[in-house]
Amino acid sequence: MKVIKEKHPLLMRWTHWVNFPILTIMIWSGMLIYWANDEYSITLFGHTFVRFFPDWYYNLLHIPARLAEGMAFHFLFMWFFTLNGILYILYTIISGEWRQLLPQKKSFKEAWLVLLHDLHIRKTAPPQNKYNAAQRIAYTAIIVMGIGSVITGLAIYKPVQFYYLTWICGGYHLARIFHFALTIGYVLFFVIHIVQVILAGWGNFRSVISGFEVINEQPKPVIENTNEGEEAEKD
Amino acid sequence: MKEKKPKKIKKELTIEQKIKRRNFISFTVFGAFAASAFGGWKWLYNSPEEVTGITGGARAPLRRALNKTELFFRRLAFNESHLVKTYPRSMAAKVIRHNTDIGSEGKLPPEKWKLQVKKRSGEVLQISLDEIMALPKTEITYDFKCVEGWDQIQHWAGVKFIDFIEHFKLHDEAKLDYVGMETPDKQYYVGIDMPSALHPQTLLAYQMNDVLLNGNHGQPLRLIIPVKYGIKNLKRIGTITFSNTRPRDYWAEQGYDYYSGL
Repeated sequence: MKVIKEKHPLLMRWTHWVNFPILTIMIWSGMLIYWANDEYSITLFGHTFVRFFPDWYYNLLHIPARLAEGMAFHFLFMWFFTLNGILYILYTIISGEWRQLLPQKKSFKEAWLVLLHDLHIRKTAPPQNKYNAAQRIAYTAIIVMGIGSVITGLAIYKPVQFYYLTWICGGYHLARIFHFALTIGYVLFFVIHIVQVILAGWGNFRSVISGFEVINEQPKPVIENTNEGEEAEKD
Repeated sequence: MKEKKPKKIKKELTIEQKIKRRNFISFTVFGAFAASAFGGWKWLYNSPEEVTGITGGARAPLRRALNKTELFFRRLAFNESHLVKTYPRSMAAKVIRHNTDIGSEGKLPPEKWKLQVKKRSGEVLQISLDEIMALPKTEITYDFKCVEGWDQIQHWAGVKFIDFIEHFKLHDEAKLDYVGMETPDKQYYVGIDMPSALHPQTLLAYQMNDVLLNGNHGQPLRLIIPVKYGIKNLKRIGTITFSNTRPRDYWAEQGYDYYSGL
């Protein structure tokens, strides 16, 4: 029998979907700013593996020579990014959702098992609640990264007024590098996130819009069974 | 007056109907929000450019936001006792990075140059480099920050702007809200809010790395204002004015924030 099971509270769906376009705009306007001094690359032992960014990439996205425009967008949408993040964090704390989200002691060990399962190396995944161990780590890390972006952002935005933030980040120069690296982190997160969402299927995706999952539950026997979830193999 | 209404007996929806209904509602709302967000973005992206005045080149709503945000942070955090971090002299770059010299190309012999300070009374002070160099000298080694994103630890020396105000008795002028500075040929110009101008680390600099400024760096006298991005550090000062309205500013006319404070 089909049963509606509540999964994602309205506020978590709201902040998730609001964040998506805002973060997109922040990354885009951030690139307009970064272009003006695009000095970062991944270089090991004298060999440059990736240069951020190649000219064809800039031209494709119409990035060049839009620094002032980028700053104007970045310094407006930073408000929405920050406020939306604060709203999400407050909600998870007040509602108790944080219990589903924060990694537990066992999460770090279990995350490997989840990974092996997802890569089809292991057959079974560890039992989980709303989120599995790898999700707990990922969804907590992304919030920490968000806080990191706000702090490193403020550290390079107002390094004199918020000198203590700049100091925490290891100085102005390093803060800009962290701010950039975090953005690369979002992009990597996004890629994995999208793959996982596709693999998880429609029901999972729908639940992030409508809030509920549809699960098939066996009809309950008249006598309450204490372990109702596990009655499949009783032949 | 309260009367208990008899509860309406509704036929309970089947589970399939409930699922359909909730899906319909949530996807409709989601679609409506997504469409209006996209519409809002289109509106902002295509919004008209501001009318060029003291500032220009930005989309009108973004300029408003930029000004408001900057004022918010100034009121929240600006404090003249917040000093820019300084470094040991030995950490200063030997070759100081050079970006542009709009308004300060080539060489200007110091003997052919006088700093003009326009006082409130209408009087114009003509000040020679020697007079400025006779004032107490202040040195600073700090991390110069360009709006483009690069930074470099540099060593500069000159007279503190606040000492300059003191010496030339510009106290009345210093009560106004802004200082305007322009190159002798008027090609480059900046407007500085008074609190930043009077910041104890703001210098009228004539030396870098212990030698007189060269042509690339705004000889004979330039502004070094560590609480601002490089774009405000005017090279080769020709005139200084004071006002209660924002003086014209080269980069603010091209879409950059007027205050450009750090």
